[in-house]
Amino acid sequence: MTNKVINKASIGGALKQSFLKLNPATLILNPVMFTVWLGTAVMACVCIWIALGETSQGSLSYNVTITIILFVTLLFANFAEAIAEERGKAQANSLRKTREDSPAKLVLPVGEIYMNEVITIPASKLKKGDVFICETNDIIPADGEIIEGLATIDESAITGESAPVIREAGGDKSSVTGGTKVLSDKIKVKVTSDAGESFLDKMIELVEGASRQKSPNEIALTILLAGFTLVFIIVTVTLKPFADYAHTPITIAAFIALFVCLIPTTIGGLLSAIGIAGMNRALKANVITKSGKAVETAGDVDVLLLDKTGTITIGNRKATHFHALSNVDKEYFKQMAVYSSLADETPEGKSIIELADMNVSVQQLENPRFIAFTAETRCSGIDCNNLRIRKGAADAIKRICEKAGTMFPEEATHIVQSISMQGGTPLVVAVNENVIGVVELQDIIKTGIKERFDRLRKMGIKTVMVTGDNPLTAKYIAEKAGVDDFIAEAKPEDKMNYIKVEQMQGRLFAMMGDGTNDAPALAQADVGVAMNSGTQAAKEAGNMVDLDNDPTKLIEVVEIGKQLLMTRGTLTTFSIANDVAKYFAIVPALFITYIPALQGINIMHLHSPQSAILSAVIFNAIIIPLLIPLALKGVTYRPIGASALLRRNLFIYGLGGIIVPFVGIKLIDMIVTYFF
Amino acid sequence: MQSYSELYGVIAMFIIAVLIAIPLGRYMGKVFLGEDTWLDVVLNPVDRFIYRLIGIDENVEMNWKQHIKVLLMINFIWFVLAMLVLTNMAHLPFNPDHNPSMPLDLAFNTAISFITNTNIQHYAGETAMSYLGQLVLMLFQFISAASGIAISIVVIKAMKEGINLPLGNFYFYFVRTCTRVLLPICIVLAIIFLYNGVPMTFQGKDTITTLQGDTVQVSKGPVAAFVAIKQLGTNGGGFFGPNSAHPLENPNYFTNMVETIAIYLLPIALIFTMGYMLNRKKLAWIVFGIMTLGFILLVVPTISMEVRGNTAIAKMGINNISGNMEGKEVRFGSMASAYWAIATTVTSNGSVNAMHDSFMPLSGMCAMLGMMINAFYGGVGVGFLNFYIFMILAVFISGLMVGRTPELLGKKIEAREMQIAMIVALLHPFLILTGTAIASYLYAHHPEQYAAWLSNPGYHGFSEMLYEFTSASANNGSEFAGLNANTAWWNIADGIVMLLARFIPIIGPVAIAASLSQKKYIPAGAGTLQIDTPTFGIMIIAVIIIIAALSFFPALTLGPVAEYFSF
Repeated sequence: MTNKVINKASIGGALKQSFLKLNPATLILNPVMFTVWLGTAVMACVCIWIALGETSQGSLSYNVTITIILFVTLLFANFAEAIAEERGKAQANSLRKTREDSPAKLVLPVGEIYMNEVITIPASKLKKGDVFICETNDIIPADGEIIEGLATIDESAITGESAPVIREAGGDKSSVTGGTKVLSDKIKVKVTSDAGESFLDKMIELVEGASRQKSPNEIALTILLAGFTLVFIIVTVTLKPFADYAHTPITIAAFIALFVCLIPTTIGGLLSAIGIAGMNRALKANVITKSGKAVETAGDVDVLLLDKTGTITIGNRKATHFHALSNVDKEYFKQMAVYSSLADETPEGKSIIELADMNVSVQQLENPRFIAFTAETRCSGIDCNNLRIRKGAADAIKRICEKAGTMFPEEATHIVQSISMQGGTPLVVAVNENVIGVVELQDIIKTGIKERFDRLRKMGIKTVMVTGDNPLTAKYIAEKAGVDDFIAEAKPEDKMNYIKVEQMQGRLFAMMGDGTNDAPALAQADVGVAMNSGTQAAKEAGNMVDLDNDPTKLIEVVEIGKQLLMTRGTLTTFSIANDVAKYFAIVPALFITYIPALQGINIMHLHSPQSAILSAVIFNAIIIPLLIPLALKGVTYRPIGASALLRRNLFIYGLGGIIVPFVGIKLIDMIVTYFF
Repeated sequence: MQSYSELYGVIAMFIIAVLIAIPLGRYMGKVFLGEDTWLDVVLNPVDRFIYRLIGIDENVEMNWKQHIKVLLMINFIWFVLAMLVLTNMAHLPFNPDHNPSMPLDLAFNTAISFITNTNIQHYAGETAMSYLGQLVLMLFQFISAASGIAISIVVIKAMKEGINLPLGNFYFYFVRTCTRVLLPICIVLAIIFLYNGVPMTFQGKDTITTLQGDTVQVSKGPVAAFVAIKQLGTNGGGFFGPNSAHPLENPNYFTNMVETIAIYLLPIALIFTMGYMLNRKKLAWIVFGIMTLGFILLVVPTISMEVRGNTAIAKMGINNISGNMEGKEVRFGSMASAYWAIATTVTSNGSVNAMHDSFMPLSGMCAMLGMMINAFYGGVGVGFLNFYIFMILAVFISGLMVGRTPELLGKKIEAREMQIAMIVALLHPFLILTGTAIASYLYAHHPEQYAAWLSNPGYHGFSEMLYEFTSASANNGSEFAGLNANTAWWNIADGIVMLLARFIPIIGPVAIAASLSQKKYIPAGAGTLQIDTPTFGIMIIAVIIIIAALSFFPALTLGPVAEYFSF
């Protein structure tokens, strides 16, 4: 991913957009800036009026200067939005570029002999439902789902992660992303979206503004800002009869300057840029958001639901010890454990074979029949040599024993408990419904994960670990990793139920998932982040897609959401606090000529009424570009508790918002005085 | 310099009020929650009798629209009745002094003024009112105060935790406010006034012979009862023209203390009622702290201006030692009068014991600011509603600043709530500024035609007009008496402003609170903005200053500020 997203071309594009956005039809969506547009138009008319010989409105050059500054204010605001859009587009385009150029080997939907019926077409011609083939060294031309085969894929183009990943048909790792490269083997892929309609394309559209809808909070904030604008319309309009009463003529330029300075142009000009920048930051973290609302909601999240495996612990559990029962031969137990795992493709199963280090293969078995693991039975195994070998969680095996009327030995229970207490996962092995021993699996907790959870706790977010482990194991790992709660022995629907129950109590949920069985929970969660490697169903259900497939990404997503909201809040505060100084700059300037006594409220000692008004308007304009970097970068979130955070932001942006314009306007006044 | 006893008097008036308000608030909380209180034995049968008499079931749940409907209905019925009485007083009983009926525009103004808890009086009670008229107005002071308190209880009920909260029954709150809060306290107050020489009679004028030997006709009437409710219910409508500056309405320093305390007793108590009902004592103290800070910020400059006296008079070589005494009563002194002026303006009471028109320019400005903000204690019930709007706005901005979409006590504030809050917040500056603008326009462009309006032209005249509309819009009722406001234009303009400014800020907060009460309750976590903290208190103050006070900056500049600097 390139960091130099703002280049000359994008600035040029943004500049061009700044002018195009002057179109009042689009500007009216932003009531604050629209009134500035009206003010500018009125001032332009005043300038013409003066040029035609009117003398009551001050000099032409002064009025023209005011008009130009107002116009520039508009351009600055438009530029802020345009540069945010350009940045988003640049980022998205760099993700999208690779695949559009690559050729696609389309499989024609006729006949059964695939190999001969492949034609090569440009990737952009692929349609939803088309099937294409990718072989070693091919670039995958479009997003899709593998329907046949298995391949190692280099996804570094989008994730930046150099280690190749395996994707295969069926299961939860069947998705491939356009632009990634097949390193080995061959896969047949079904296209899941038309060209131009992938998540990335939707995101680009979102950024470009065409389909960008205001998020609920943005609407509420716009109402607040429109309200402020209305207040100041009232303040400015009523000033005219007041001035008439006091026999104090006020020029149109002064009225409009007062109005434009008082309305919250700073936040009004930056508001949409802040929203777009939020999505851009998500994209920079390799997360594609499907709506602006999703980012906003992420800031509100109260509970994070995290899968244990891959998020809290590294990869998968490994077998670390064989505990045979005292009356069972250790080698026999090992052998049975290995038999039960021969067909078990899970990492746990493989690790048992590794640990046993025995030379056994399927060929040695008579009539092997594999029993696959299901979430319902929660055990797997093999039938062979007239033996029914099963391995699984203690409760699952216990059930089998109970059914067959055999005892679940006391000794096994003890072993299971002691393993669980130490955070291990016990896998009980039974032959013909008789328990013969327990395999111990251990988890390795990721380094640094505890600190991240601490940070989340300080942010006020509860973390919940979801695991298929028994409660004892889950508790041990939960404590060791520092999560607040856990769901043990979780079946897919447990996640969903947990979310539903907590949501009823008003909590907002975020979760990450990849499998099809995660889809309902992803849809139910307030923020559902689907892994890009996950199934199409999961990706459709969630409201974000993580290109890195990094389960800890949720934490970053939450911070991005908080940053977005904070940036809005702080800049609103700053913008409104600025009014104090602007009042003290402009109000004396309006009246001083006719009521010299009011020199007393000219506390900034601005040089003249004209210089005071000019300085205020100039300050009002240049503060917008000065704050663009902040709007794009976002205000840094610190997990120091809400009250401390409010204190901090109120101090910086509230008090700062009062002081900065006093200093700024005074400085500008000194410079303006020097020139005039 | 003056003695410290004046200062002690002022401090005592504040501390005593707070000491009574805390247990009183708790008591009121119990009353509105239907818990047992010690007056139950006597009052339960009384309440039951009232409910049966008007044929309502006080246990029926009402939604917010029904609450508003009942409130408007009660107010409307009494408005019609008052109009009938005021315009026909001359022919009705209880008129020993043979005072005339009111003209229609003045009756319209007066009736609205009393149902809206404003009590602007463009008449003098002793010459323009029969005792029947006074009694109707007295009843109104109960109705408007009880309406305000009852509706604020609805909002408080809606602020509880949980979803789909019951909002109770309006009649229940209304009747209980009258029988268990207003009436008992008024009886105590009236007795205190009686013992200090305030008249309470239905006989006509008395004739007294002065020391000089002249005979003077002195108006009296059922004053003690009237004064009690006008002070307690933040009404402010006086029995006599000069209000509590009149010796028979406020005879001595002691009654002045009692009347001052009565001004803000219920508004302060209601804060603690909220704390009790919501079980959020800390929030109550923060709200009390913010309001008190605002109150003090207005009181201190006013007192210091008034006590320092008028520099223009000092320049003439005249002894100015007891402060600016023009328009003030010697028995109260400049400090207690200045204190009253702020107490009566921040609370939307509007009774006066001195003439605000004669205050120093910036003191007059502080009184106006009290009304422009209208939420430092505020009117009974409605003061809290105004504060609630500021809370919504402050929560919205500061909620964002801590990185969450804004929520008030666990309920998300969204577009709909913001819309209503902005309309309510806009209304006050809109009414004051446009009203004053129209008046200024008329006066500036037709100086001869409207010359009679202003007894003081220039900046002070502007302040008088601004004050009048501020007072009407704040439902305050006090006046800069230099304005000759008993003309059809002012009567009707004031009437419209009072109506809008009374009922929209009641409907708005109730609608918001009801809408929030329907929403999912989000329990507070470490990342939630706590509103019962001093930091949030500062935020509210900032919002109040920037929205409520600064919108009036240009107008105030042309009035009191220009007058001040022109000295």
